[in-house]
Amino acid sequence: MTNNIIEVQDVTKTFGGVVANKDISISVEQGKITGLIGPNGSGKTTLFNSIVGYHPIDSGSIMFQGHEISDFRVQQIARLGLLRTFQQTRIYGKMNCVDNMLISIPHRRMGFMDMFGHDTAEELEKAELLLNFVGLYEKRFLNGGDLSFGQQKLLEFAMALMNEPTVLLLDEPTAGINPTLINGLIDRLNHANSEFGITLLIIEHNMRVIMNMANTIYCLAHGELLAQGTPGEIQKDQLVIDAYLGAH
Amino acid sequence: MQGARSILYLVLVAASVVAPFLFPEYGTQLATLWLMIIVALTWDMTGGQMGYNSLGNIFFYGTGMYVAAVVAIGLVYPVGAYTDAAGGGRFVFTSSQYFVGLALGALAAGLFCAVCAVIIGAITFGLRGPYFAIGTLGVAIAAGELVSNWEWVGGGQGIALPVYPGDLDDGKIFFYFLFCGLGLALFVFLKWLYGTRFGAALNAIRDDEEKAEGMGIHTLRYKLVAWAMAAFFVGIAGAFSAFQLIHFEPLETAYQTINLGIFMVVCVLLGGKGTLWGPVIGAIVFHVFKEVTWNYFLGWQWVALGALIVVIVVYFQEGIMGWLMRQKPEWFGVHVERTEMSSGRAATEAAE
Repeated sequence: MTNNIIEVQDVTKTFGGVVANKDISISVEQGKITGLIGPNGSGKTTLFNSIVGYHPIDSGSIMFQGHEISDFRVQQIARLGLLRTFQQTRIYGKMNCVDNMLISIPHRRMGFMDMFGHDTAEELEKAELLLNFVGLYEKRFLNGGDLSFGQQKLLEFAMALMNEPTVLLLDEPTAGINPTLINGLIDRLNHANSEFGITLLIIEHNMRVIMNMANTIYCLAHGELLAQGTPGEIQKDQLVIDAYLGAH
Repeated sequence: MQGARSILYLVLVAASVVAPFLFPEYGTQLATLWLMIIVALTWDMTGGQMGYNSLGNIFFYGTGMYVAAVVAIGLVYPVGAYTDAAGGGRFVFTSSQYFVGLALGALAAGLFCAVCAVIIGAITFGLRGPYFAIGTLGVAIAAGELVSNWEWVGGGQGIALPVYPGDLDDGKIFFYFLFCGLGLALFVFLKWLYGTRFGAALNAIRDDEEKAEGMGIHTLRYKLVAWAMAAFFVGIAGAFSAFQLIHFEPLETAYQTINLGIFMVVCVLLGGKGTLWGPVIGAIVFHVFKEVTWNYFLGWQWVALGALIVVIVVYFQEGIMGWLMRQKPEWFGVHVERTEMSSGRAATEAAE
């Protein structure tokens, strides 16, 4: 069981009196796709934020590649290669797509003088390749802010790939995307996982998507871990069904 | 296109060089115009390109004045004794002492202000939006009050520096070329800087700092270096001003928060934030506006200035360059694809 790239152990996070996460333990296996589901307000995004260092956790431990990272700041964790996308899509609105991509190069080896460097031909080629990969090549000179919401999501995904992450945390990658484009996005996510070797941890509400993609799924409800297992097991789990449809 | 642009630059540089000889009676005015261009361009580095609206950049101007004066005097006489005598006749500076003091003073002013920017920035860059603006304004006001109670540098009386050794009209031209040279150097420097990865990182911080952090960009490092570079140029400009004005005092001249401290912001807003030419054009238009109102509507000049600020903030936030970019995006290499865009939006909305 040493093949887990992320190990979350008994993480608790409260906001004032609200317990957003209570003793959550999950693990993400290297090279696999792990899903995180749960009704609205169940603490999925809080757990994401805890992992990427967005806020300090109250107790517990978060290990990435065998190192404790729960005390690290967002930028440090991102430079380690643990990257997240946002639920509310975030791109640089007044820069064009190519510039959005070029500033997303990995910053882990950036020395002081590198700040004043120019983008290399390889970086430009890679940016255009990835823009082509997500289907935005034709729009590469448009400002990020002028793209439609779905296109911005694709751009954000391409920017994440440009950063060469080891693990990518995706917060609802298909939310707000035209249903006809979702299949294309699933293909690209699978491609990123299998061809680029990026481990994925995905929050997703679209059950068809997550059940088809994930190797392992964790289900949260009311800030606690409700169930874990393969998609098949989760689909049959009575607790999960109750949480989504409302028992009692 | 490239050739036409080079010719335009050459014409502008040539015009800058001959201007003080063509209009000798406006020598000091033209020097002040370059000062406005310098403070506007440096303000835009953080305010426009990086999205951090500082109201405290005047701190570097005032501090530059004082550092330059203390260095120039201190090289020759004890500073305390000099300021005690309020620049009395006992203190004589030779021509070489004057120019060495000016050169070393300006360099020291720039470096000292850059260090100040890193220290102040390390504290204030935790503030965002209006809090950063007010926090930096507080630094400038506090510095003015502190210096005006510091007798060693002359307290509220300020400092009187030696007069330019030579013909006074030559002095005007000399100071014009100091500001002009600094302004041209700054413009060339920024044109290069905004073309590097540094410029893109500043824009990323402006557009979405949280995203930039999430992508691993060293945001604080970029912010500190950008402000330090701005402070370096403003500090040198302050040093030149100190020698040009001969006498300066802390609250009205050095740390003049409500005059130059606000003018630099207005120049950038008028010309267009986040563009290279915006601050230059804004400084020129604003300087002309200011001089016209100060000369022909004396007594109403502050009303006119206030009205201008209100009009810009309410009706013309994009500024001259922003307006031009919207009218003629193709001039600036900005691509717009309106029909495609709206159909893309419609498809997304239909999906929701």
